[in-house]
Amino acid sequence: MKLGKLWDNADFWAGVMFITFGVAAVFFSRDYPMGSAMRMGPGYFPHYLGILMTLFGVIIAAKGLFGERERIGKWAFRPLVVLGVGIILFGFAMDSFGFIPSLLILIVLSTLAGREFKLPEVILLTVVLVAGAVGVFIYGIGLPYQLFWWY
Amino acid sequence: MEELIHLFPNLYHGFSVALSLQNLMYCFIGVFLGTLIGVLPGIGPLATIAMLLPITFNLPAVPALIMLSGIYYGCQYGGSTTAILVKLPGESASVVTCIDGHEMAKQGRAGPALAIAAIGSFIAGTVGTILIARFGPPLAEVALQFGAAEYFSLMVMGLVASAVLAYGSLVKALAMILLGLILGIVGTDVNSGMARFSFGIAGLTDGISFTVIAMGLFGFAEIVSNLEQGGGARDLLFQKIKHLYPTKNDLRLAWKPVVRGTAIGSFFGALPGAGPTIAAFSAYALEKKLAKDPSRFGKGAIEGVAGPESANNAAAQCAFIPTLTLGIPGSATMALMLGALTIQGIAPGPQVMTQRPDLFWGLIASMWIGNAMLVILNLPLVGLWVKLLTVPYRLLFPAIMMFMAIGVYSLNNASLDLYMMVLFGFLGYVFVKLKCEPAPLILAFVLGPLMEENLRRALLISRGDPTVFATRPISAGFLIATALLLCVMVIPAVVNKRKEVLAADAA
Repeated sequence: MKLGKLWDNADFWAGVMFITFGVAAVFFSRDYPMGSAMRMGPGYFPHYLGILMTLFGVIIAAKGLFGERERIGKWAFRPLVVLGVGIILFGFAMDSFGFIPSLLILIVLSTLAGREFKLPEVILLTVVLVAGAVGVFIYGIGLPYQLFWWY
Repeated sequence: MEELIHLFPNLYHGFSVALSLQNLMYCFIGVFLGTLIGVLPGIGPLATIAMLLPITFNLPAVPALIMLSGIYYGCQYGGSTTAILVKLPGESASVVTCIDGHEMAKQGRAGPALAIAAIGSFIAGTVGTILIARFGPPLAEVALQFGAAEYFSLMVMGLVASAVLAYGSLVKALAMILLGLILGIVGTDVNSGMARFSFGIAGLTDGISFTVIAMGLFGFAEIVSNLEQGGGARDLLFQKIKHLYPTKNDLRLAWKPVVRGTAIGSFFGALPGAGPTIAAFSAYALEKKLAKDPSRFGKGAIEGVAGPESANNAAAQCAFIPTLTLGIPGSATMALMLGALTIQGIAPGPQVMTQRPDLFWGLIASMWIGNAMLVILNLPLVGLWVKLLTVPYRLLFPAIMMFMAIGVYSLNNASLDLYMMVLFGFLGYVFVKLKCEPAPLILAFVLGPLMEENLRRALLISRGDPTVFATRPISAGFLIATALLLCVMVIPAVVNKRKEVLAADAA
């Protein structure tokens, strides 16, 4: 067993992930009627899938502990978080501010996820993309969105 | 020509549908957009189709599917262009094309490499079209006799095949299938009307949209992992592409690999669960084995481009056979196409052919037209694609993010879909880091509800007796094939492990 570098063990954590999903499936389907094999209730399929999945998770985790270690490597937290926040704010803005402000938020935030940030380039890119998107999606395909909150 | 019309009256009907000006235009737009995005490195066909899917929502079913399949071929071919010119495969099926294709490009023979890829793809596409026209209808006849047990076993086979042929660990791929099936449960149970795994969120009672999952797992996660790698330093060849056309010698060397690649590709494509990637790898391996001088491979052998490129296109084409005739997608990409069909209000399955002949045959005819367009479009436009490749990634990914966000939001005009996409994007990135291949998951996600329904029906008819899957001959056949597939995978692993142990013992 190689407990020393457990945090960097892809198989072990994959196993843990599958066990979590499996146990969750069994847990959240506990109130769904099981029925019988002949008359399967809504709980039958998720229950057995959850159990099977947990078993697979255990096998994979064990492989990670006892077999050859596959490394995870570094996590790219910055793009992950920045892009995630960008999309979430875009969704929020689409519901309240309209198409163009939402795009501005998303595009500017997205460019922040990269390693290079050059202001003139970002401004040009934003203008081109917003103009293109308004042309294609609003006037071309005819998506029914307000451009701004007042228009 | 007269004979052909008699042989394929349906195909003739199909061409009359596909050759309408409107459909030709959508086919062209599809091929063009598909190539455009397929050329961009790091965006595979799945992400491309998922991204462009919303554009087709407002179209009627026939042009929508024609455009989508155009996108599919387009990005397939665009991936090869990138592989040859930049050595960055746009999609996994062009990984092998990189090897010799890029080598040829370095020797200043990018033109012939691209041309052979286009010609090989066109020939393979033509054969694929004929195969679908020839074998689609009888297969659909057979499929009409399938009961619930047969369908269930067939889906088990397809899923296991997709796991066996996925990259990396088999156990993980199988676990990903289970996860996909569980995600497919989310939503209202059709039999009891009970909302499952919806956690009281109203938007979840209709289930998770597969576009949301596909964009999260393949679009969002891919962008994050591309950024992690610094956005891909590129080994682009800026030399002008001078002579485009292959020499006589090139053609002499390439025609046999094209034929063999087409055969291999057709076989793997028609098999549920397999696909262009495995076809391309097999074709490359075969060409290397058959070559008089295998050492030429990896140094710019044209056979190494012709074989795999024909194979992946034939496979891409023949993947439509199980998808359209059985209603069972053979690959994650095909699952997306089926999803598009469902969005258009068409229940996939063998009845599509008889109930919507215009759709079925029109689509098949447009596949061939799409392939022809690829050749016509790509060879003159190579210069444009090369230009596109010089656009730095830091300018590309905000554009891709924008397309994804608008696409997902426009599904239901609901921001919940965007939040779900971020969730699956995070999950997708975790999969990347934990070396779990997501393609089997999405296939299982689409098949999940069908599988549960057929399992339920089969067991209801058999009065709860599970042996029904083994006693009905066709169903048993599928299960035996599944078992064989698993054995093939397990045995070499066992053998290798034993070798390791023995070696360790000896030392």
